[in-house]
Amino acid sequence: MSSELILMMIKGIGETLYMTLGSALFAYLLGLPLGVILIITDKDGICPHSKINSILGAIVNIVRSFPFIILLIAIIPFTRLIVGTSIGSTATMVPLIISAAPFIARLVESSLKEVDKGVIEAAQSMGASTMQIICKVLLPEAKPSLILGSAIATTTILGYTAMAGFTGGGGLGDIAIRYGFHKYQNDVMIITVILLVIIVQFLQEFGNRYAAHCDKRK
Amino acid sequence: MSVGPIIEIKSLQKTFPGQTGKITALQDINLQIMEKDIFGIIGASGAGKSTLVRCINFLERPSAGTVFFNGHDLSMLSDKELRKARQSMGMIFQQFNLLLQRTALANICFPMEIAGYSKAEAKERAKELLELVHLADKANAYPSQLSGGQKQRIAIARALATNPKVLLCDEATSALDPNSTASILALLKDINEKLGITIIIITHEMSVIEQICNRVAIIDQSQIAECGEMAQIFANPKTQAAQKLVFPEKSVSAQFQNKAHSIRIVFNGNSSFEPVIANMVLTCKAPVNIIYADTKNIDGKAFGQIVIQLPEDKTSAERMIHYLKARDLAIEEVGEIL
Repeated sequence: MSSELILMMIKGIGETLYMTLGSALFAYLLGLPLGVILIITDKDGICPHSKINSILGAIVNIVRSFPFIILLIAIIPFTRLIVGTSIGSTATMVPLIISAAPFIARLVESSLKEVDKGVIEAAQSMGASTMQIICKVLLPEAKPSLILGSAIATTTILGYTAMAGFTGGGGLGDIAIRYGFHKYQNDVMIITVILLVIIVQFLQEFGNRYAAHCDKRK
Repeated sequence: MSVGPIIEIKSLQKTFPGQTGKITALQDINLQIMEKDIFGIIGASGAGKSTLVRCINFLERPSAGTVFFNGHDLSMLSDKELRKARQSMGMIFQQFNLLLQRTALANICFPMEIAGYSKAEAKERAKELLELVHLADKANAYPSQLSGGQKQRIAIARALATNPKVLLCDEATSALDPNSTASILALLKDINEKLGITIIIITHEMSVIEQICNRVAIIDQSQIAECGEMAQIFANPKTQAAQKLVFPEKSVSAQFQNKAHSIRIVFNGNSSFEPVIANMVLTCKAPVNIIYADTKNIDGKAFGQIVIQLPEDKTSAERMIHYLKARDLAIEEVGEIL
């Protein structure tokens, strides 16, 4: 393998991790509060509000139904507005974040749903406010499940970065498509796929172990 | 013992929206709970007792009527004031409801974090409370490492953390084995005596009420069927709902009615735990048939009841009644004396 190719792979790994982890981080900044609002405004939640709940639920479902590649192109003007360009890894993160946030909101929602209603009631009986219940009961009690969810979210985002080639985002997926698929360089394709498999394995395993470490329910 | 009503419930009503109109969970509830009472609320499942206890701290808002806590009408309080009031009312649950990702110590610190105690202050108080519930060695254990009885002890310590005036117990012993139940009840009684905390116990088990309550309300079909001093209700249950609870077996009282010469002897703690029936038989020199017996020895005093069938011979029967009355036992005829 030429040193040029090795350099390209290293750059690809860097770009992939940058896009994946960066997008995951920002998508959580949007998705986590969104998931929390979905759960507390539910009719059985601690702060029931059917209007907010159904509007947010609808938005989440609509965004989630968009095929990523279409979203990527459709929001190019918005991307340009935010990062100043529609090309490169950073620009690719905008559609990644928008597409991942509602997915994350649903993951968060289902994790928080696992928290025992009785524990929430106990907190209420102690005079806890809604904010205190969110910060001291819902999120900490659901922590292991939230960590597992974040491993799923991150690996899903990683899969989507393969489409970053369209906007010049780079990364391993882009290399696999350009060299392997379009130029029939099978060896390059195989190496990139193996690298992607290793990264996904690592992320998932890390998530599993960290979640198990945090879980005090045994 | 009583100082003044700490909780007063006036014509309280609670309805829930159901598929075919409103479902009434509670109707015209009037209760006065005095300071330092151990007040039992007993009823079959579905009678509305869990809803009632949740109306006391407004986890459920009553549909009508008022709840006064320490003289304040809870419905008039703002959300913030209500949260503050709840800090004066600890609550424990059937399923313990501990935070599973926190240690025992951190669980006890939890209500103090909510109330705004400093970390050091909370930790110190939590340690004291662990001593109080005899679990000082379990400070760093997680709930999953504790037995049911231990979990409930931690829950009690947690409920006491913010120095509440009232402790609400919602079926607190229903998930526990008999030994743990006895020790939890003993702990509650101890807390009532040592700290002067008013305790309200919701249960479906008469034995729980029998062991520690001084007053009791019987709730049946969304209403209070009977309410009063424990000893009185136990000795002389007036309503059918009360009779059903005092005789644990269903329709057992109806069964006695067919037995001629049957009497019920009530042990309400006035007599010491001695073989009364055996002594009576020896003294009166006539046999009796024991139909039903459920007694226990609490601190050397006899609690419970025995139903016996007196001999056919009228003089022996009268002698026996006389014998029992002389021992200060409450007697009730459950079958006609011929």
